[in-house]
Amino acid sequence: MSDVTFVQQSALAVFFGRLGRSTLSGMEKLGDATMLGFHALGLIFSKPWQGKHFVLQLYALGVGSLAIIVVTGAFTGMVLALQGYYTLAKFGSESLLGAGVGMSIIRELGPVLGAFMIIGRAGSSITAEIGIMRVTEQTDALEMMAVNPKRRILLPRIVAVIIAVPLLVAIFDVVGIGSGYIVGVELLGVNPGAYIAELVAKVGMHDIYGGLVKSVVFGFLIGMICSYMGYRSTPTTEGVAQATTQAVVISSVSVLIVDYILTSFYL
Amino acid sequence: MIRGDKLSKVYGTTTAVSSTDIHVRDAAITVIMGGSGSGKTTLLRLLAGLEKPTAGHIWYGDEDLCTMTDNRLYELRESMGMLFQYSALLNSLNVYDNVAFPLHEHTDLDEEVIRTMVSMKLEQVGLRGFEHLMPSELSGGMAKRVAFARAMAMDPKIVFFDEPTSGLDPISAGVISTLIRETSTKNRMTSIVVTHDVGAGLSMGDNVILLWQGRIIAEGTPDEIRHSDDERVQQFLEGRPDGPIPFSRSTTSYVDDLTHKPGTVRLES
Repeated sequence: MSDVTFVQQSALAVFFGRLGRSTLSGMEKLGDATMLGFHALGLIFSKPWQGKHFVLQLYALGVGSLAIIVVTGAFTGMVLALQGYYTLAKFGSESLLGAGVGMSIIRELGPVLGAFMIIGRAGSSITAEIGIMRVTEQTDALEMMAVNPKRRILLPRIVAVIIAVPLLVAIFDVVGIGSGYIVGVELLGVNPGAYIAELVAKVGMHDIYGGLVKSVVFGFLIGMICSYMGYRSTPTTEGVAQATTQAVVISSVSVLIVDYILTSFYL
Repeated sequence: MIRGDKLSKVYGTTTAVSSTDIHVRDAAITVIMGGSGSGKTTLLRLLAGLEKPTAGHIWYGDEDLCTMTDNRLYELRESMGMLFQYSALLNSLNVYDNVAFPLHEHTDLDEEVIRTMVSMKLEQVGLRGFEHLMPSELSGGMAKRVAFARAMAMDPKIVFFDEPTSGLDPISAGVISTLIRETSTKNRMTSIVVTHDVGAGLSMGDNVILLWQGRIIAEGTPDEIRHSDDERVQQFLEGRPDGPIPFSRSTTSYVDDLTHKPGTVRLES
């Protein structure tokens, strides 16, 4: 007979126990992701340079996401123009449509919606690709061929996303404002001169810098999170699937949280 | 010489390698054999530095692999090769680029020279003329032969082979075994081969190590292993289901498990 006795834990103790464990595990992963990401980024200053791989990734992630960015930007601008016109017409201020569409897209919708699209298109593919490389031992094979997988796999992808996101967001902004112009001016009859004049008058460099900073930060977040999730995924089919889902969810939520923080600084 | 001192590797509650001392002789073929789950691949990965041991040390000469800097480790690996159990070819590269990969990475050789070297390596494994194929277009056996050519591309000093003959037809398995033997002898290469193929292991090894439950249970020349008095060694060599090494890994009674009704609690007497 053993002398072990079992004590019933209170529901509160169980709750705080679980909360504590998940908090510790979350902090551990955050620390690990930060160290891994910065370790990979730190390798940018050492040889061998990864220029060719960076260009390949920039093409795959950036150009590959172009179509979805253009489509999303176009419909966002069109919907904004419709909604904006409906609201502004109540106050007889339809001429402000250009400023409304421009500010909404440049300050907020361009970086956030653009980031979401890039997460879905490029972020998920980064996680899945790196995860599959782990499952098939390709990362181990690189290690054994004296090629640092952090330098070869993570670094080009993180840097490519950091550069691709602001460029794609800029395209999103231009397409959104342009499609807003088509809907507002061509379909709803807003004065074209007023649309452009209000846009130029109300949207300042401060707004453009704000959107740019946001998109660079979002690119950094997406690159770090999606690369980390793939690199640390359990090397099984289920592990890669789970890591890909988590990468999309965590990146999207992080973008929203950081967006609030950055907006509060830039307002 | 590669030496493992009191090596242990624990995953959660499972001990894969338990306090094992291992010596790998230079310019010789060391074969590690054992049943599935005996810890042989984990031991190989520990020796290759792909895993950190939970306890113990791995010595390459007088350098400890566990405390080595990344740069030094990569420097050492330029003279190493590894053949993985499932080939681990880089999916985005064709056969030529896979075999040429280490040469492109670590040498300044002209492309013409690299092309000649790749052709020679592929000729060895009977796949010259297949350079343009992608890994997804290769059979398992062909992929393994390409992986062998890649592992040999830099004429390494130390090569790790994880199940080099598994999944190969008898002719390819025989060729690979012979190639390991011949290349090791000719290049004075240190080879560490993990296999559960008794015939291949005993025919190619200079030194054979038999693992069971993460521990070394026998070590010696192939002849010493063949004539070992240890009942476990003989059971493994002959592939008998009955003996000191149980076939079943279950720890509970089969009858109890079949008669135990869900929702009831079994009281141990």
